[in-house]
Amino acid sequence: MNDASTEQPIIICEDVHKWFGHFHALRGINMTVNKGEVIVIFGPSGSGKSTFIRTLNRLEEHQRGRIIVDGTELTHDVRNIEKVRMETGMVFQQFNLFPHLTVMQNITLAPIRVRKWPVAKAEEVAMQLLERVGIPEQAHKYPGQLSGGQQQRVAIARALAMQPKIMLFDEPTSALDPEMIKEVLDVMIELARSGMTMLVVTHEMGFAKSVADRMYFFDEGVVVESGTPDEIFTKPQHDRTKLFLSQILTH
Amino acid sequence: MTTLSEEIVRPPEPPGLLRWMRENLFNSWFNALLTVFSLALIYAFLSLIIRWVFFQADWRPVAEFPLLFMVGQYPRNLLWRVALSLGVVSFLMGVSWGAWGKLIQSFAITMGAMMAAVALIPFPIRDLSIGLRGFMLTAVALIFAGFYIARRWRVVGKWLLLAWTITSVLVVLVILPGLENSTFLTHVPTTLWGGLLVTVILAVGGIVLSFPIGVLLALGRRSSLPVVKGFSIVFIEVIRGVPLITILFMFSLILQVFLPVGSRFDRLLRALIGITIFSAAYMAENVRGGLQAIPLGQIEAAKALGMNGFQINLFIVLPQALRMVIPTIVGQFISLFKDTTLVIILGINELLGIGRAVIQASPEYVRLQLEVYLFIALIFWVFSYAMSYSSQQLERALGVGER
Repeated sequence: MNDASTEQPIIICEDVHKWFGHFHALRGINMTVNKGEVIVIFGPSGSGKSTFIRTLNRLEEHQRGRIIVDGTELTHDVRNIEKVRMETGMVFQQFNLFPHLTVMQNITLAPIRVRKWPVAKAEEVAMQLLERVGIPEQAHKYPGQLSGGQQQRVAIARALAMQPKIMLFDEPTSALDPEMIKEVLDVMIELARSGMTMLVVTHEMGFAKSVADRMYFFDEGVVVESGTPDEIFTKPQHDRTKLFLSQILTH
Repeated sequence: MTTLSEEIVRPPEPPGLLRWMRENLFNSWFNALLTVFSLALIYAFLSLIIRWVFFQADWRPVAEFPLLFMVGQYPRNLLWRVALSLGVVSFLMGVSWGAWGKLIQSFAITMGAMMAAVALIPFPIRDLSIGLRGFMLTAVALIFAGFYIARRWRVVGKWLLLAWTITSVLVVLVILPGLENSTFLTHVPTTLWGGLLVTVILAVGGIVLSFPIGVLLALGRRSSLPVVKGFSIVFIEVIRGVPLITILFMFSLILQVFLPVGSRFDRLLRALIGITIFSAAYMAENVRGGLQAIPLGQIEAAKALGMNGFQINLFIVLPQALRMVIPTIVGQFISLFKDTTLVIILGINELLGIGRAVIQASPEYVRLQLEVYLFIALIFWVFSYAMSYSSQQLERALGVGER
């Protein structure tokens, strides 16, 4: 949680638009994220928050505006895209672990093949990361043998193994049973406190309160409101924000 | 609840044989009657079959020319070259069994059992000299020697694959056909090859060559490059729309028309190419079925890690897709193996062709064609079942960790 005044923008989005066919999913998103900031993005389903976070590593293509990640602008240039993806880790709602590979192989595959690390180094780093997410004993199991929470922690370790500068989380706890949400959030909180730049799409408001620097409320493809967690929770400016917060906080 | 008794905790014991019979076969007077009736029927059939096989059938057409069925007209004084090939392949089979375990086990055992059976046939056969029987047993020993070596020393799969490749190329292109103008390895034209030798070369060659081509075509059909995609679609749809027998004919004729006058294009090679492209088109569609079953999230996760398209296919998509379609692919291999009999129309005497030649050789044997065809059917069945069995082993071996 660096002070935002250090002002080192690592992600710059200017007027980002995205259409799916005729559906206008993103309608001019502007966002600047500084190094070490933790951003929480929330909003009703269909509001474009997942689509937005997926444009940041080009899993979705934006059709207007500019996205610059770590000094590299995302265009049709494949080399730029691969460069950005190497610096950006992503964690998915459905984990997306590779079921035919062991936990260890899941984590070391990209470092060995993309970063060209020697196997020994990749495995050493993988073991450290598994310690960090609390499941070193699962290294040689297959994803199908783990619980949902364990799988998501492996997915976080897999993304971290590429030593990214930015971590994107797309609803990381939405597919988990309630008793497993905490173990994943604990890992994410530890990661946030270690100074990682994070963009997190989530409805876990407890997580937002404890580690977010800023929050963005998305609705119908636009940013309705943004601010510090304190501003958002105590004095939201817009009726839509108030309504949505009241809906997700009452239960 | 501290008083859960042993009986409740333990799963029920499986019933004994007598109890099982009483519960399943004789639980009512009607079932008992059916059981007795069925047993009588089975006994009648079995005794008929056994009596026919051992006492009534006349196996002379098979027993008199076992070499003809195995290698066709391959010159008998040069048989050592076939033997050498068989020996090397047996040894590699043994090494692969030791290194790759159950995947190869059924093939190695089938091969060893067939050779041992031939060597130990308990009555004299003119073709089957003591030397030949001895060699067959040596080849069986080579399988076990290879197995032992692979178990004793770690054999790296990569080198083993390389050894297989080099051996196959040497056997098919040098040892068996020999070299033009050579006195040591005199040339043996493929027109003299025949029998099981040709069947196995066509089947193994077709399988090994059509598999990678099929995978590339399947990937090509999903490619975003219009030329690659277009070529794949046209190739697959054209080949799949034509019967194999037509392809074999076309290949025979077209190649003769287009090749410069006087150049000869080996007949066996033409057949192999025809079988390969036919099988590749079907392979492509089978593999594509597997590719489509891979969830998009797998590809997105790989992309997000910075992997390029080639790496994603090689490490993420293909391993999962191919595992899913193993049963279909093996089914296709089995039908390819049996389809090799169609090359008979090009005048190539593979196993079935030899059988027909033997039957037509004398009026006496025409009466005995049932025996000949049954013998050939048995050989095909043994090989096909070995393939089917190893497919099950392969699925089990690769199923680890998947629930």
